[in-house]
Amino acid sequence: MILKGKTWKFGDDISTDHIAPGRYFHLRSNLPELAKHVLEDADPEFAQKMNKGDFVVGGNNFGLGSSREHAPTIIKLAGVSAVLAKSFARIFFRNSINVGLPVIVCDTDKIDAGDELEVDLQKGTVYNKTKNITLTFPPLPKAMTNILNDGGLVAHLQKHGDFVID
Amino acid sequence: MGKTLAEKILSEHADKEVKAGELVIVKVDVCLTQDGTGPLAVRQLQKLNMEKAANPDRTVLFLDHASPSPRRELSNDHMLLREFARKTGAQLSDIGDGVCHQVIFENYLNPGDVLIGADSHTCTGGAMCAFSTGMGSTDVAVGIALGKTWMKIPETFKIVVKGKFQKGVFSKDLILHIIGTIGADGATYKALEFCGETIENMPINERMTLSNMAVEAGAKAGLIASDDITKEFLISRGRGEKFREIKPDPDAEYEKELEFDVTNLEPTVSFPHTVDNTKPISQIKSVKIHQAYIGTCTNGRLEDLEIAAKILKGKKRHPDTRLIVVPASREIYKKALQKGILEILNDAGASINNPGCGPCVGVHQGVLGNGEACISSQNRNFKGRMGNPEGFIYLASPATVAASAIKGEIADPREFL
Ligand code: SF4
Repeated sequence: MILKGKTWKFGDDISTDHIAPGRYFHLRSNLPELAKHVLEDADPEFAQKMNKGDFVVGGNNFGLGSSREHAPTIIKLAGVSAVLAKSFARIFFRNSINVGLPVIVCDTDKIDAGDELEVDLQKGTVYNKTKNITLTFPPLPKAMTNILNDGGLVAHLQKHGDFVID
Repeated sequence: MGKTLAEKILSEHADKEVKAGELVIVKVDVCLTQDGTGPLAVRQLQKLNMEKAANPDRTVLFLDHASPSPRRELSNDHMLLREFARKTGAQLSDIGDGVCHQVIFENYLNPGDVLIGADSHTCTGGAMCAFSTGMGSTDVAVGIALGKTWMKIPETFKIVVKGKFQKGVFSKDLILHIIGTIGADGATYKALEFCGETIENMPINERMTLSNMAVEAGAKAGLIASDDITKEFLISRGRGEKFREIKPDPDAEYEKELEFDVTNLEPTVSFPHTVDNTKPISQIKSVKIHQAYIGTCTNGRLEDLEIAAKILKGKKRHPDTRLIVVPASREIYKKALQKGILEILNDAGASINNPGCGPCVGVHQGVLGNGEACISSQNRNFKGRMGNPEGFIYLASPATVAASAIKGEIADPREFL
């Protein structure tokens, strides 16, 4: 499957507090409402401006901070098709796979705000249509590919009854 | 080939010899979740039709982040967790009992355990020489129900620390300095192993502060070998028989070795909005402070309140600086009460709140106003962390926070000791 959309560009060290601010703690059991505030402390209008299918593109250490799975969950719920960054914080990366949100490590210096991208998860390529360049990214470990392909950890366990790590 | 602490503990839990880089399924001994992440964990288990706990005696649900609840939505979340505990026999740590990482350390965790927690600072348990790591709600939910999880065995950075701290300088200053040196992503995916003479002589509460902040360098765990100090702590908690000495092998392989000497280390402060944005106190000039906070899983322990009381005794907070104190657990609260520490802090003008996370995560009990600055003994200062993206958070040791509360601006605690 090829994911297509426009780029929303963010800087380094986008934390889970930028993505799902603590002042909306009381909305954690109301994810559609929480999703209206996604990335609010990095770009207050992001949720209003973005379109379904768009990409969130960060710099280094995307998703650092808390373990709140609500962060990748509301990025996905808002309709973002994947997050691309130079590097990710560990818990955010694993949570993203668990909720079925593709996370891609690539050289995001070559992507600017507004660029149109086409991402092929199987081939491991990001085609930047605006700049006419192709970036590649390494495949995920097998355990993570299995979970992502099943649509997240809950779906994975519903299907197999246990972890399938190889 | 020798093993690191992570390889040792995880080999035991994978039932085979494992090396860094391998993906394995490991048995989980202890699970924790809190009121911000627990409700989602419970709902995931409901979806999976797996509302059960493999080890109910060592599965603990904490109501600590929004505690007591300031809003009805959160009260309903608390109800969901209480109900799950009733149904599964899991342990409930209700409002006022304290912050998850403190209470799990006081009452549940033993050397050699694997602990997974739906909270990023679960790495605090590394000071017990337990492999403790933070994960998301779904991972921990599955760990609760099945008693296992999958994991990649991390490579390890060995952090060797030598020298003796000056008066007024603490492990908090050291860990801020380490993170300032290696960066907020300097150890992403790695385990840290803290060792060397300084760590060997360090009391358990100070070790916990180091392990607590391992995640602020991106690390998966922050481990410290168990020794006589660990043993004494376990004896004091009535769990002496759970002590095991666990040390890394002398020929263990480390990805990196870093050395720090604390002899000349100054009190250190992280500036907004990243933890690695650190400065030694001698380079800090007139930063006005509106709120000073002593508490949290990083530095809300008895010794932290004690040093704050020593500095604040007979003094008053600056009239423009409010002071908030939150003991990290019910136990700590009681001891601080018995020792007269709370009285001293109260006389100094502190607002002393019930055990829990307090204002750390921006839910209640001390949300910043626009443009206000807070100096806090907590572990992170991200934009919006204390409930307002227009606020500014500075991280420091409890001593530096106490000194700053008196002066109304960031101040050197050595002047008061
Ligand atoms: S005290 Fe702060 S950092 Fe610690 S668990 Fe609570 S919210 Fe998290």
